[in-house]
Amino acid sequence: MSRQMTGAQIVVQALKDQGVDTVFGYPGGAVLPIYDEIFQQNNIRHILVRHEQGATHAAEGYARATGKPGVVLVTSGPGATNAVTGMTDALMDSIPMIVLTGQVPTFMIGNDAFQEADTVGITRPCTKHNWLVKDTDSLADTLHQAFHVATSGRPGPVLIDIPKDVQFATGRYTPKQKANTGRYQPQVKGDIDAITRAVEALEKAKRPIIYSGGGVINSGRGASQLLRELSDATGIPITSTLMGLGAYPASGKNWLGMLGMHGTYEANMAMHDCDYMLCIGARFDDRITGRTDAFSPNSYKVHIDIDPSSINKIIHVDTPIIGDVGHILEDLLKVWKSRGRKTKSEAIAKWWKQIDEWRAVDCLSYKNSDKIIKPQYALERLEALTKGMDRYVCTEVGQHQMWAAQYLGFEEPHRWMTSGGLGTMGYGTPASMGIQIAHPDALVINIAGEASWLMNMQEMGTAAQYNLKTKQFILNNERLGMVRQWQELLHGSRYSHSWSEALPDFVKLAEAFGAKGIRCSDPADLDDAIMEMLNHDGPVIFDCLVEKHENCFPMIPSGKAHNDMLLGEASTEGAITGGGGALV
Amino acid sequence: MSPLALKKGASRKSAYDLKNPLSETIETHTLTVIVDNEAGVLARVIGLFSGRGYNIDSLTVAETDHEGHISRINIVTTGTPAVIEQIKAQLARMVPVHTVHDLTVEGASVERELAMLKVVGTGDKRVEAMRLADIFRANVVDASLESFIFELTGTPEKIDAFIDLMRPLGLTDIARTGVAAMARGA
Repeated sequence: MSRQMTGAQIVVQALKDQGVDTVFGYPGGAVLPIYDEIFQQNNIRHILVRHEQGATHAAEGYARATGKPGVVLVTSGPGATNAVTGMTDALMDSIPMIVLTGQVPTFMIGNDAFQEADTVGITRPCTKHNWLVKDTDSLADTLHQAFHVATSGRPGPVLIDIPKDVQFATGRYTPKQKANTGRYQPQVKGDIDAITRAVEALEKAKRPIIYSGGGVINSGRGASQLLRELSDATGIPITSTLMGLGAYPASGKNWLGMLGMHGTYEANMAMHDCDYMLCIGARFDDRITGRTDAFSPNSYKVHIDIDPSSINKIIHVDTPIIGDVGHILEDLLKVWKSRGRKTKSEAIAKWWKQIDEWRAVDCLSYKNSDKIIKPQYALERLEALTKGMDRYVCTEVGQHQMWAAQYLGFEEPHRWMTSGGLGTMGYGTPASMGIQIAHPDALVINIAGEASWLMNMQEMGTAAQYNLKTKQFILNNERLGMVRQWQELLHGSRYSHSWSEALPDFVKLAEAFGAKGIRCSDPADLDDAIMEMLNHDGPVIFDCLVEKHENCFPMIPSGKAHNDMLLGEASTEGAITGGGGALV
Repeated sequence: MSPLALKKGASRKSAYDLKNPLSETIETHTLTVIVDNEAGVLARVIGLFSGRGYNIDSLTVAETDHEGHISRINIVTTGTPAVIEQIKAQLARMVPVHTVHDLTVEGASVERELAMLKVVGTGDKRVEAMRLADIFRANVVDASLESFIFELTGTPEKIDAFIDLMRPLGLTDIARTGVAAMARGA
């Protein structure tokens, strides 16, 4: 039942076959045939962004909020190079994304043609895989294979470069079911021997901890359910990476808060002192481990990951289990139950007592003020006033991102979408557009710093065009807060280029984009202002003027171990020493 | 508290039980990587090595199945045991890669390299070059009154030794293919 159609028609047909309902893109010379096809159909909605980087982050937001792959369509040359940051971001955070780029016609490739770039060459290291399609007959197979690669195993971005003559030429269309998607088939079931060893060690553990990550969320809703069941049934405390927030509910009884550089004291201390660590879908990132040679020195470590290259990359583990988190957790629970649901419950009760002592340190406390809005206070109020709402939160990158992770609670997966691995300033604004398109009636908040927010603020034009009622909640300290904090700790308070001079008037800027602008600088007015934002049925830019010199604590300074945390201003003197200064 | 008293990082099926995975010793390993011979596949493999800071001592690649478009890449690389494990895992997860074999640890293997050496000279040196070539079982593939081109196949060490001997005898040009390798036995 293969049919003949043009390359451009094949692209649109393959997207339909794959169940794509939304494409984020920006037209240009080398993709005009595909845009012409998009014009002539109604199944796929095209969202016109204002910059190709915006398209990629919007697609990431869409993907992170739905679990479905995000689709991007951009032109050759600058269209493709502008998409590089978003693809790298998706690669680092394992977000499924399909990027379609136009290319100059095959007979012009290599001639330095207008808007030509070596797109597959440039994007090879920032995609999971990429293809240059040189004949229309292989286009359909390649498109279906691209979806397969992007969504199976460890998800990631893929790119298909389609020369303009291939879009015009006629070729064979192969439907999804009949397509040759290649032999890429990562292992999903875990080795049952390894799972049994992990359970045996768990049964003997006196100070166990679960350290979960974004892999749980990528594995699907079932995996989050199993994670909850595991922690609740065994009584094992659980912490999570920035990427994994929401897999276990923040209100859950075993929740310790986020771990890592700006994680909670109790989570990091428990990681350091545990005797059994069950790492589920996380990758021992340097934000998590701190000093690797002092990382959790006395624990038996189990590492569940679908990517074999994550095993023993940074931290050597005792039992690696390669496969999909959902499948492995299911087997792990089965084995544990069939062996009689054993735990060292008395020892674990003692362990909880120790954890409660750490909790009593109240590491997230801060000195509030009635004169000026503290950023932590702003987020606490935002959390209180949006509790129970159908809420999705994304962020930019910096202090505000860490405070959001600390002071907001996430009860479900896919509700918290942040640029973790790459740390891309400018991610949040377009991401919030993608999330709002996926969930048109939900409350979507982008928690931002004013500097990050300016990096992709052009996407407010997208918000205006599609009436995306996202709330841009800017914690405005007129500083690159995290840079400023590091300069204070590491560079003798010489604040080289880390303040924002000549900021725009965000309220007027909102009005210029047809949005509502709200400014708040008095803690007494904050609740009313937030309510005004929440009650407005349209896009809002909220300029929240906050304390300019607030530092983000707790903090594991670079080069230090988990049990060597800074809890507040008083402890920062000489905190980073020796080799730590060279780390990021 | 390893309940089964297993070495760190070792599984019961692992061939590495006796190796210390945390060793800082630099080892040389020969890997064979079977890949789909699609456009850019070599760039992908090389990009992995340069992007992640791994070493390539030698690399050979050629299509070995013209119908199936399958290529065999032989890579000689150096690193600590942990780095070698990473290299193998990183290679194995690439989409066009079928299999990765570490010939250095997976039993006995044969390694061969081909080299061509141009030696220019007359008189005693020319005679001596010819005699040594005989000892090394090198073939003469081109001769003029002032030069030979020797062709030599062998292990990289044998070729190194031959090159060292030829140097004082008028060696002007060396072409080496890099290592091709294969596991012994069926």
